[in-house]
Amino acid sequence: MFAAENGLKGDPRLQAISDAIRVVPHFPKPGIMFQDITTLLLDHKAFKDTVDIFVDRYRDMDISVVAGVEARGFMFGPSIALAIGAKFVPLRKPRKLPGEVIAETYDLEYGSDCLEMHVGAVQPGERVIVIDDLVATGGTLSAAIRLLERVGAQVVECACVIGLREVKGQRRLNGKPLYILVEPREIDGCY
Amino acid sequence: MLQRALIFSSSNPICSQLPTTAPPDNTVFPKRNGGWIIPFSSYQLPAFRLRNYRRTLLPPLCSASDSAANRPNMASQDEQDPRISNISSAIRVIPDFPKPGIIFQDITTLLLDTKAFRDTIDLFVERYRGKDISVVAGIEARGFIFGPPIALAIGAKFVPMRKPNKLPGEVLSEEYSLEYGKDTMEMHVDAVKAGERALIIDDLVATGGTLSAAIRLLERVGVHVVECACVIELPELKGRERLGEKPLFVLVSST
Repeated sequence: MFAAENGLKGDPRLQAISDAIRVVPHFPKPGIMFQDITTLLLDHKAFKDTVDIFVDRYRDMDISVVAGVEARGFMFGPSIALAIGAKFVPLRKPRKLPGEVIAETYDLEYGSDCLEMHVGAVQPGERVIVIDDLVATGGTLSAAIRLLERVGAQVVECACVIGLREVKGQRRLNGKPLYILVEPREIDGCY
Repeated sequence: MLQRALIFSSSNPICSQLPTTAPPDNTVFPKRNGGWIIPFSSYQLPAFRLRNYRRTLLPPLCSASDSAANRPNMASQDEQDPRISNISSAIRVIPDFPKPGIIFQDITTLLLDTKAFRDTIDLFVERYRGKDISVVAGIEARGFIFGPPIALAIGAKFVPMRKPNKLPGEVLSEEYSLEYGKDTMEMHVDAVKAGERALIIDDLVATGGTLSAAIRLLERVGVHVVECACVIELPELKGRERLGEKPLFVLVSST
């Protein structure tokens, strides 16, 4: 569900966040309009507002874990975790985490990929939010949800800065609520 | 209570050169294969803590060098900030990762300790706030965990320094040496402007190769790198010397 439909309608911060995101056509391949959040990170106020909106939402929801998806989830998740008093748990590509891990594979357009989490980082019954910069098909977030549920955690919500068209209108992913700040911007109507 | 065991083997050559450390008082498990079986306490609010059993820690370097000789200003034990010991204890040590002989400093356990993680960020923020720093550059990927909270707190931009082919816009590239072979680091060219003052953040400095590449990237576009900042230093790998005149500030020094 988009933030604008859920209490933040007309919030000027959302427009500024959207404007701060750069669109790079045909990256990583022709036809893809890449939503580049690095320009958002250069705009201190817009970056701070992004974090503040998530913090305001999750502060009183008794969340003890913020799980961030490598690597752009790492840019947003820790600040949110620190502000709400939660642990930060990185969900990483294979063979990056040094300790004992559990792994979950997921499908890509061509082939598959894998997400790992440290055993023991999250305890059964903990309330978790999952953070990434963008949700497209939801494949990565679905893998993250499965990982966390396998250790008995309760995924309260998935939160992303940007949500692509495929998820517009979907309020849930794998049965979990989805919270999104902005839609991708078009360039010259050629999305 | 859920308990898991972490098994630390001391059978590899590097480990045998280290001073042996007695296990903490609350260890009740016997030795096995030369190592200790240590209880992994389950997380209980408000803080989860995993002890760093491995070795004696040097006093942390609480101030970076400003002299041309770059001799570190070693803080005495009396001057150690009280937050440092909890930060150090929260870091997990994993032998033989990613390969035999390497002792890996795992900061993910620090991120599970809400107070220690907050203290880590606070220590950097206290040092850099009000110093007219407009750029915090973080090195992929663990620099992305510490850099943004610092940038937000001191009013700076965050600039990710990434592996090749991740950044979508026009980039500058810098090659650097690894133990075997080379790697490349990239930065968006328009992320920074000449004359800006920057910090570079990573979780750990070993040989200093990665930090040096980041310094070169930023200096190529006229940015002034004020300091490099890391949670952990491995002084035996001489990263501080490799950085030459560029100051290095760390919280924990680990041998």
